[in-house]
Amino acid sequence: MPHRAFFWFILPSALAMLLFIAVPIASVVIQSVHIEHPKVMEEVETCGPFNCTTEMRVDAEATAKLKQAEPLGKFIGLETYFNRNHLAIDSVKTQWQQRDGFFSFVRGLYNLPFYKALSFTLVYTFVVTPLVIVLGFMIALAVNSIPKILRGPAIFVSLLPMIVTPLIGSLVLFWMVDANGVLGSAIQRIFDDPNLSLKASPPLTWIMLLVYGVWHSAPFAFVVFYAGLQTVPQDTLESAMIDGASRWERIRFVVLPHSAPLVTFVGLIQLMDNFRVFEPIVGFNASASATSLSWIIFNDLFGQQQLFGSAAATSLLTILGVCILLMPVLIRTWRQNNRVVA
Amino acid sequence: MISFKNTLLTGSLLLAFAGTVQAESACGIKQGTISILGNDFPALHAVVDAAEKCAGGDVTFSKNHSKDFKDVMIAALTADPAEYTSVIVNNGVLVTLMNDGLVKPLDDLVAKHGAALKKNQLITVDGKVMAVAFMANAQHLFYRKDILDAAGVEVPTSYEEVLSASKAIQDKGLMEYPYAGTFKAGWNLGEEFVNMYMGTGGSLFKPGSAELDINNEHGVATLNMLKSLTEYMNPDYLTFDSNVVQAEWEAGNVALSNLWGSRTAAVLDDEGSSEEVTSATMFTAAPVLGGGSTPSTTLWWDGFAISTNTSNEDAEATFIAMMNGISSDVANNNADEAVWLIDGYTPGAAAVGVAETAAAGAKPYPMVPYMGALHGAAGDELSDFLQGNEDAETALADIEAAYVAKAKEAGFLQ
Repeated sequence: MPHRAFFWFILPSALAMLLFIAVPIASVVIQSVHIEHPKVMEEVETCGPFNCTTEMRVDAEATAKLKQAEPLGKFIGLETYFNRNHLAIDSVKTQWQQRDGFFSFVRGLYNLPFYKALSFTLVYTFVVTPLVIVLGFMIALAVNSIPKILRGPAIFVSLLPMIVTPLIGSLVLFWMVDANGVLGSAIQRIFDDPNLSLKASPPLTWIMLLVYGVWHSAPFAFVVFYAGLQTVPQDTLESAMIDGASRWERIRFVVLPHSAPLVTFVGLIQLMDNFRVFEPIVGFNASASATSLSWIIFNDLFGQQQLFGSAAATSLLTILGVCILLMPVLIRTWRQNNRVVA
Repeated sequence: MISFKNTLLTGSLLLAFAGTVQAESACGIKQGTISILGNDFPALHAVVDAAEKCAGGDVTFSKNHSKDFKDVMIAALTADPAEYTSVIVNNGVLVTLMNDGLVKPLDDLVAKHGAALKKNQLITVDGKVMAVAFMANAQHLFYRKDILDAAGVEVPTSYEEVLSASKAIQDKGLMEYPYAGTFKAGWNLGEEFVNMYMGTGGSLFKPGSAELDINNEHGVATLNMLKSLTEYMNPDYLTFDSNVVQAEWEAGNVALSNLWGSRTAAVLDDEGSSEEVTSATMFTAAPVLGGGSTPSTTLWWDGFAISTNTSNEDAEATFIAMMNGISSDVANNNADEAVWLIDGYTPGAAAVGVAETAAAGAKPYPMVPYMGALHGAAGDELSDFLQGNEDAETALADIEAAYVAKAKEAGFLQ
């Protein structure tokens, strides 16, 4: 393709990417290296229905003047990234120096909000992603082998968890696992422990969220694999059968190699999706036991004190995390492409 | 064509004329735009619905009741002209608006149209009236008379007595989890911390600064009491907000709770509960802590403020309409929906708890601008302590560290 034609061909999508991806990220970068101006404070008498007190107040006019002079706020470089609510470099250093064995160091890290969120996010990503791939593949195989007339309803039912809005789905499950709910009381009966509560202990909350994650995402993997199964060459399958291959061997040596690119695709999408886990934490009211990077961003933006710089810094750290996670997969894809060209 | 146009013109002129007449007869407002933003609960509906009666003719009226009003108000009022001429605020929210200078002083309007207001309804900051309060709210003690009698204990007046009463109820096998609190991680848990801390008599901040002053014996006493209470609470307590606690109460699972005054009417009504529970539900002042005399709770008020970015004409129209909204008729017709601060209101049975709490000398929720940062930090960091992962001193140090980072970013600390 001549360069000129290529340029005009790529221009619309390049413009769209610039506008909808590059510009927002650039603005988040700028936001993350600024904090609000020091507030001009004054002490004034405040009276309400109950009493009068002398309290501190922001001098709105004087503060507005500062804001007008420098609308972006005060530049502080990377300080927000390193403060206690993010990477907490200082706390990590002191904990490393005063560590009392590796385990206590990890416990200390877990006490810091960013690392607490990161640990759940990573566990969620690395447990849910493989399970979703395996389960999705198994559902696809099962649906593919039932009589054609039943496939439509079977596909519809299998897709339901994905159709339900994540927040609603998690709320429904939240009430079901309540001690008075269907699942909650069933679990109490099975384990013969009337005090067993999935919402009370952090490990059980984690398991509940992981199960929810698999339940919610498996249909996506199923749909992709099911589509892939329709393209498996029938000739190869038939010749394998003539050679006396069992069902397992046919899956292992014909279907699986054929579906390998799909596994990469589902894995990639799921890694990204699961790394930004958010809705189940809100839906399950789980923030006491499990938080995620996305939840921290939400909490900064909708908390009592809105912190845009903090939210921006966590957003960029999340983007960085996604890049690191996808690196192996991307490198592999890049190498494969190069090989084809060569 | 011309005659058609003329007819239209005459018609609209007539309409406008009719409108003016009608509006003047409604509340005496000639013209203006009134739009009100506020939280979503029955007492506020009563007020805003009464204010809406001033609409008609050249007076346009719109309202938005939303649980998430806090999240939209800053952007809505920063616009010029503001999206809403008035916001219904409370002590926590007014500060946020004042930090950015988004609400205007009301002294002129109060002098002109506020003859019916009591002096204690005026929220004045530095001598200027910034809001007009019309109702009070506080978390206070709900108790089940029948259960306490069966357990043979008096109505608790201190948290130590709450613990012993809960133990007695548990020991007699009357209830498994006799106490319930709004301990949901986040805002609710932060509020429980602030409430309990108020009972110690300590101050949250060093005087005249945004520096925290909680890592001391007051803070430890606060945390230890919160932890002791959880022993008598449903193990899911970190997911309990007011809605859940109310449901548990109405289901008859709970005998003691420090719950919001705005929930009393909902608990007593004939929906969602049984006669056995509602007839034995009583209210009293919030308990004290550790032999102190200040109830461990904070007093809240709800009131209206008027946007800076609104014309004088609209501001006046809004003020007059809101004055109609907070008339003594509205208060007396909705006597059980809230504890009204309005002149001429006779408190109902549901208002006893808030009234007694205020009379016992409870402190108002602090109106300092950096309160939100502390409230948020406490709500996020306390769950680790309650789950038994760390001791009180570490938890307090965590709250302080989280607060410092937030307050620095917001420009309150250097």
